[in-house]
Amino acid sequence: MTKTIRALMGASAVVALTSGAFAETITIATVNNGDMIRMQGLTADFTAKTGHEVEWVTLEENVLRQRVTTDISTKGGQFDIMTIGMYETPIWGKNGWLVPLDDLPAEYDVDDILPAMRGGLSYDGTLYAAPFYGESSMIMYRTDLMEAAGLDMPDAPTWDFVRDAAIAMTDKDNEIYGICLRGKAGWGENMAFLTATANAFGARWFDENWTPQFDTPQWKEALTFYLDLMDQAGPPGASNNGFNENLSLFQQGKCGMWIDATVAASFVTNADESTVADKVGFALAPDTGLGKRGNWLWAWALGIPAGTQKEDAAKQFIEWATSKEYLALVAENEGWANVPPGSRTSLYENPEYAQVPFAKMTLDSINSADPLNPTVDPVPYVGVQFVAIPEFAGFATEVGQEFSAALAGQQTADEALAKAQALTADAMDAAGY
Amino acid sequence: MARAVTTQRKTLNTIIAWVIGLVIFFPILWIIILSFKSEGDAIRPPLEVLTSSWTFDSYAVVQERSDYFKHFVNSVTLSVGSTLLGLIIAVPAAWAMAFVPSKSTRNILMWMLSTKMLPAVGVLYPIYLLFIRLGLLDSRIGLVVVLMLINLPIIIWMLYTYFKEIPGEILEAARMDGATLREEILYVLTPMAIPGMASTVLLNIILAWNEAFWTLNLTAAKAAPLTAFIASYSSPEGLFYAKLSAASTMAIAPILIMGWFSQKQLVRGLTFGAVK
Repeated sequence: MTKTIRALMGASAVVALTSGAFAETITIATVNNGDMIRMQGLTADFTAKTGHEVEWVTLEENVLRQRVTTDISTKGGQFDIMTIGMYETPIWGKNGWLVPLDDLPAEYDVDDILPAMRGGLSYDGTLYAAPFYGESSMIMYRTDLMEAAGLDMPDAPTWDFVRDAAIAMTDKDNEIYGICLRGKAGWGENMAFLTATANAFGARWFDENWTPQFDTPQWKEALTFYLDLMDQAGPPGASNNGFNENLSLFQQGKCGMWIDATVAASFVTNADESTVADKVGFALAPDTGLGKRGNWLWAWALGIPAGTQKEDAAKQFIEWATSKEYLALVAENEGWANVPPGSRTSLYENPEYAQVPFAKMTLDSINSADPLNPTVDPVPYVGVQFVAIPEFAGFATEVGQEFSAALAGQQTADEALAKAQALTADAMDAAGY
Repeated sequence: MARAVTTQRKTLNTIIAWVIGLVIFFPILWIIILSFKSEGDAIRPPLEVLTSSWTFDSYAVVQERSDYFKHFVNSVTLSVGSTLLGLIIAVPAAWAMAFVPSKSTRNILMWMLSTKMLPAVGVLYPIYLLFIRLGLLDSRIGLVVVLMLINLPIIIWMLYTYFKEIPGEILEAARMDGATLREEILYVLTPMAIPGMASTVLLNIILAWNEAFWTLNLTAAKAAPLTAFIASYSSPEGLFYAKLSAASTMAIAPILIMGWFSQKQLVRGLTFGAVK
């Protein structure tokens, strides 16, 4: 064998090996939210930089949750990256189902991730999923209706002010309702809102011994306040309303105020979809003076299931999709208002992003929620609007059904709370707490 | 007089039939209407939806964002494949039960039907683990088998009912003429049972086309049919009715058209034997 042939063979072997190592196709499971759709559109940039191709599996949120939970718990290996939330991440991290993201390169600047997000996506101090976008909740209100009612919305209102304003803005004959709030049953629907609200009233899911707390005066006050407010100033059929139903009511000009996810700000101010786009103001979620506000904290994050064959390529994708450069790439292609919010400190230090009307209020809302210390009294759990234990999704949805039935007038607040207490206690007993 | 009553009755029956038909079809009609609206218009009150402007935007977005053809081919493969595979197993089974019944035939039939009463999610984990072991996750072969197994009880029941209507004497006569079992089933039984078999095939293609539990849970990127295509257009945060409606219309159109053209066979097959 001549030297030339040997050299050629060696070279081709190197090419074969490197191309085999580099050109992978990774499969990513995700939800159909605007920021994810934009990410899919920009994947060519990732492929150009790394050579890796991406296959997307987009599913409805509940289907996705069931689908990825089945896959990760059985080590099915169908996905190399999963889009998961702040609820799943610490639980899955604890189970050893996710690859720890503790070796991110220096240029990724992991310290730039907002502390609240990093805390909520870690278990035992180790980051298990990188935030793609984060959100909190805040008040979105109609500036014109507020002015007509002779009121001035403070940046950080109390629940009493919100109630008085809602009643003053309500004009049921003209289908204007002072406040639109979630009522549809589900741990991520009405219970997200009510758990966060209860935090502001000094209530909590469990005491430090994991005893349910629905029999406390704080829960009674929180639930009664919500039911009375919705009775006086809420839209009809509110027990069926979730995020999208309230969004459509607000966009049609039927709500004076709406307290919900900060991500809604970009929808209600979008003149193509909203009839009230130029009349929307923002304020922090209300409090009752006890030191906690009723706003939640959530992140859609990217995690890598343990056991994937393509861990390196998956890590490269996460580094790309949650980097500072990606935010700049979106800004360049779609404008600053469409940059995925709530993940990095540097975004909020960017003077161009500061021009976006809801940027500051989103950051303030995120910063005022602390998943590690969510309530007035101490609790044994992590999570602002949820309790990060595997059983929570099940019993919280049942509690949500009781509260939704109370909103629909099928039972009193006392009855709903008694049932909530009993079924949560049963579930916790069965789970061995 | 008698004639007038009949005409009145007929008119009344026709009106009632149309009203019931429209009520049943209305959700599909509304989906089709919404698919030609903008997202902003799609959430307006019903009357405003009808009077707002029409647009193809949602179809353009869906076309651009998803690979409709890939999902369509998967749907066709899964529904036709599972139905044909089901027939191969069901025809001999139904023949045996219809023409050579034993004491336990009735019980076997009931037992087969009882498997339909088990909630699918109850066996999700066992089947998922089996699929991992066999390397069948996200494969069309695996799904064809699962969909076939799910619909097999219905195929056997339907064929059994049709076969029962065929006089056993005809088969006996064929046997006396020297037909083998294979010839008896292929050349005597099958031609007589064609209407029934046609409606069985059509109904099972429709059932497999619409199946949305296993097709979502056992697929990822490669074998996903149109049910996954629809599921990708629902959003927890943001307006999506128009795009979801466009995706749904595109997904149901082929099966709706097939049902339209084959409605005669479907109705004839489904009512076959009902008069006796």
